[in-house]
Amino acid sequence: MVMEIVCPAGTPAALRAAVKAGAHTIYCGFADETNARNFPGLNFDRAEMREGIAFAHGHGSKVLIAINTFPRAGDEAIWHRAVADAASSGADAVILADPGLLAYAARNHPELRRHLSVQAAAANADMINFYAETFGVKRVVLPRVLSVPEIAAINVETEVETEVFVFGGLCVMAEGRCSLSSYATGRSPNMNGVCSPASHVEYYDDNGILDARLGGYTIHRVGKEEAAPYPTLCKGCFSAGDATGHLFEDPVSLNAEQLIPQLQKAGVTALKIEGRQRSRSYVAQVVRNFRAAVDALEAGQPMPEGMLARLSEGQAMTTGAYKKTWR
Amino acid sequence: MELTVGPNQFFWSADRWASSYDTLASAPVDRVVLGELVCSKRLPFYQARIPDAVTILLEAGKKVSLTSLALVTLKRERKQAAELSDMGVEVEINDLTALTYLPEKAPFSVGPLVNVYNEGTLSWLASRGAKRVCLPPELPLDSVRVLAKAGADLGVAIEVWGHGRVPLAISGRCYHARMHGRTKDNCQFACEDDADGLDVRTLEDQPFLTMNGVQTLSDTYACAVHQIDALKEAGVAALRLSPQSKGFVEICQMYRDLLEGVKTPDAIARDIQNMDENTRLSDGFLTGDRGVDWSGHSLAR
Repeated sequence: MVMEIVCPAGTPAALRAAVKAGAHTIYCGFADETNARNFPGLNFDRAEMREGIAFAHGHGSKVLIAINTFPRAGDEAIWHRAVADAASSGADAVILADPGLLAYAARNHPELRRHLSVQAAAANADMINFYAETFGVKRVVLPRVLSVPEIAAINVETEVETEVFVFGGLCVMAEGRCSLSSYATGRSPNMNGVCSPASHVEYYDDNGILDARLGGYTIHRVGKEEAAPYPTLCKGCFSAGDATGHLFEDPVSLNAEQLIPQLQKAGVTALKIEGRQRSRSYVAQVVRNFRAAVDALEAGQPMPEGMLARLSEGQAMTTGAYKKTWR
Repeated sequence: MELTVGPNQFFWSADRWASSYDTLASAPVDRVVLGELVCSKRLPFYQARIPDAVTILLEAGKKVSLTSLALVTLKRERKQAAELSDMGVEVEINDLTALTYLPEKAPFSVGPLVNVYNEGTLSWLASRGAKRVCLPPELPLDSVRVLAKAGADLGVAIEVWGHGRVPLAISGRCYHARMHGRTKDNCQFACEDDADGLDVRTLEDQPFLTMNGVQTLSDTYACAVHQIDALKEAGVAALRLSPQSKGFVEICQMYRDLLEGVKTPDAIARDIQNMDENTRLSDGFLTGDRGVDWSGHSLAR
């Protein structure tokens, strides 16, 4: 079976562009704190979601709704309403991370298909099977801590479909288990759906030296001829002991296109592209390339080579944890 | 309110590890959680010493729990997690993987690295047998209040991160090994020289984070002295103190003095900072804008 391309859409326009570019599946979120890309001007109101789902279904594509932040104590109703609205909008599945919310969805909307978000960081077959038995989870998005052989071993031990990230931003820490951003800025992926938010970024130009600060901490410094990367906390420049540099991760993004054949052999069902904050033209281009790759693979033809390098905006690429030496 | 000592987060030699529990036996704390939280490669160095430490603590009248790893991926880590309950000591799960191996309805504790953010998750864990939950350090006081109330209704004791460098992230990658140009599999135990983790500073030389193998912690030591009345009022059952290499028994005594009203929050905060001039404090996750914020006077430079 051809591998499923799961593509991000931050806006109705991006959703339509992704569908037309050949995405099998689109994932998106409501315009509030219930999803992990809660950025200004992004995401779908209820009417847009219904229209977007109708459009996708009309073109044979599926829509998944990410409700993958951790509901705030005392305010769970906001997240419960999001699950109910996903069900009534005709979404093909919801992507959830919080056990309490999974329990709610399984109890109140048993017909609505449930995927386990990467934010749940289910990193072994026992845990994945437990989520399947307990909450009826049908698919798991694997955390970016696993090598390809480990993914293959998981697929031998579980009936749950696996979905893996192949392109875009790369978390270095286990997803859903990182409070670095809220420590420095007060805004967190788990609670607010944001990481290293732009509202807390400042740039200082000091005689041609450009400092990038996040929450008042200088974590990048470049000369004026150099490109200044966005100061995402875990990809910042720090010093420890005698070393100064990108101690956690370089400012790289993930590109596992060349690993697609191995991922298929490993039993992976779906390939996920990160980037609900990206433009529709970016999304369309990435989708077209990945669709071409999985179609070529299915037809027994060689993989197109290096097709996406130009989309990385000059950033270095990595295959991340898929190669064991990354650890 | 009770005092719980969390598992040591750092890599100490077996002798240092064991002697810290010998000393802790006489500290004024109610409960001790021990075992390996951060890296499965560290465990073999002191695993054989765990039963003696448990015995010493039990004989000193402490309640004792054994923690799971925070991130379970490898086969041997799954096996370790599955064997946790064999020691006959209550298990504290710090990854839901460990829950999958517990006998149904067996009582257990939940550590701060399991995401318990709301009543729904708390109630689900209670239905599985959870009797005690240490909330994630990231949670604000408003959430603590709601969850302490829900916990009281469910029969689950709620614990809050009270003192120590805050665990902020866990990764598949070992940063200590990376810094030494090695991979995790060939780390040569690069983390063993840093008994409280390695200071990570910004480009302007501000202290910021602490590197501890696959774990990243805050530079600051969380210190909930100024919130103690609010936490008591909310019905929080225990304060968690996280072990550090120097003066830890004295710190336990300070928090006991605070709970008993012998000393004021300001006096405790000052005493903690006076023990080491490089100790910076924070309580921002509970009541500040950012986790790093501190509501009291700062003595550190």
